[in-house]
Amino acid sequence: MKPASFSRLVPTTVPEAIKMMGDHTHDARLLAGGQSLVPMMNFRLARPAVLVDLNCIPDLSYIDDRGDLLAIGAMTRQREIENSDLVRTACPLVHDATLNIAHLPIRSRGTIGGSISNADPAAEYPATMLALDAVLVAQSVRGTRQIDAADFFDGVLTTTLEADEILTEIRIPKAPANSGAAFVELSRRRGDFALAGVAAQVTLDAGKIAEVQLAACGVGPSPVRLRDAEDRIRGAGLTEDALSKAREAASSAVDPDGDVHATADYRRKLAGVMTGRAVQKAAARAGGQA
Amino acid sequence: MTQRMQVTLSVNGETLSGSAEPRTLLVDFLRDELRLTGTHVGCEHGVCGACTVILGGFAARSCLMFAVQADGAEIQTIEGLASSVGEMHPLQKLFAEHRALQCGFCTPGMLMTAIDLVQTSNSLTEADIRTGMSAGLCRCTGYEGIVNAVVEYARQVHGEKAFNG
Repeated sequence: MKPASFSRLVPTTVPEAIKMMGDHTHDARLLAGGQSLVPMMNFRLARPAVLVDLNCIPDLSYIDDRGDLLAIGAMTRQREIENSDLVRTACPLVHDATLNIAHLPIRSRGTIGGSISNADPAAEYPATMLALDAVLVAQSVRGTRQIDAADFFDGVLTTTLEADEILTEIRIPKAPANSGAAFVELSRRRGDFALAGVAAQVTLDAGKIAEVQLAACGVGPSPVRLRDAEDRIRGAGLTEDALSKAREAASSAVDPDGDVHATADYRRKLAGVMTGRAVQKAAARAGGQA
Repeated sequence: MTQRMQVTLSVNGETLSGSAEPRTLLVDFLRDELRLTGTHVGCEHGVCGACTVILGGFAARSCLMFAVQADGAEIQTIEGLASSVGEMHPLQKLFAEHRALQCGFCTPGMLMTAIDLVQTSNSLTEADIRTGMSAGLCRCTGYEGIVNAVVEYARQVHGEKAFNG
């Protein structure tokens, strides 16, 4: 099918975009990379009267080194993030997650801010932001707000952004020394939505897991921080016993729905398996022997 | 009815114009307005890859953007691959040699995807090529011919040393 008619507004600065969203709070949607919204419009699952197209705002596309964190502009394309040496070295989990997003031609257009704001349950970036305790910066005519990733995702395709707010920047803490990261997911076909995926960052100290950050996608309406699994293996060695505890805790922490692609039980089990694999891979990259 | 707008873009090095509503997809603009019907429209939700073109140097789905967004952009389509005297592009020849197509519906997207994949990378393994080419769906060939053709193309572009497959 083809999209229904709409009016397109083309701001070239952030203040202009914020004003437009203030003026059209109830009938406008933001257009970022369009890799999720345009399919929904093509199928007329979405019929916005007004589209505020963010693609002509150069100030929203950047990757900045800010000491302890990376600040990434919301309209930065996934492909640019994938190719960034700075992201690969400072936030390797973000790099690894990006490689799992759909396919190359999708990543050419798709943006980090679009993926996070869209909050698809199976998407890679929301789980990654949750695992890394990222801070999301939102702007509206009422001012600027910083939202912890833990307070941002609020159900299927739903966030705590107000209708007139624009996600403008993503602040991601840099990975600590002696850490490794891995994003592991399983899907029926490469590039499809993951049945389950896990983002892991593991910091080693003398062969033991000094710190671990884990979050899962695809196994509930929102990404899930796997705190219990983290607690069970923090301080432990990289043993099969520790991995088994992490797998078990991850499976217990999620409450997925079943669908035509996989049953709820299968997804719950998969959350554990992906957790084990992600921890192992991340630890191996951190220099461990898991 | 919303107003139609003038859209001017460079397609295969030639400046072309047409008019489009804001909702007109780039692929429909290329096909219906510019009459460049080599780019195919399949699933209209970014999954099949038939509509893939090269936009500003990178492969992108032309069914997932609006023509008005491409105003001023540089686009390469399947029509620009063969030389002006009709000689096939090296990748097109390889697709023929390796039986990398049967019905041909996916082929324009496969070719544009492969060109981006090979030209924006310094080294590729066969696994990289399989991953990259999974961006397109082919219901005829079983993909072996496509992978073989792209592996050979990567060899031609990067030489044996840069190709680790």
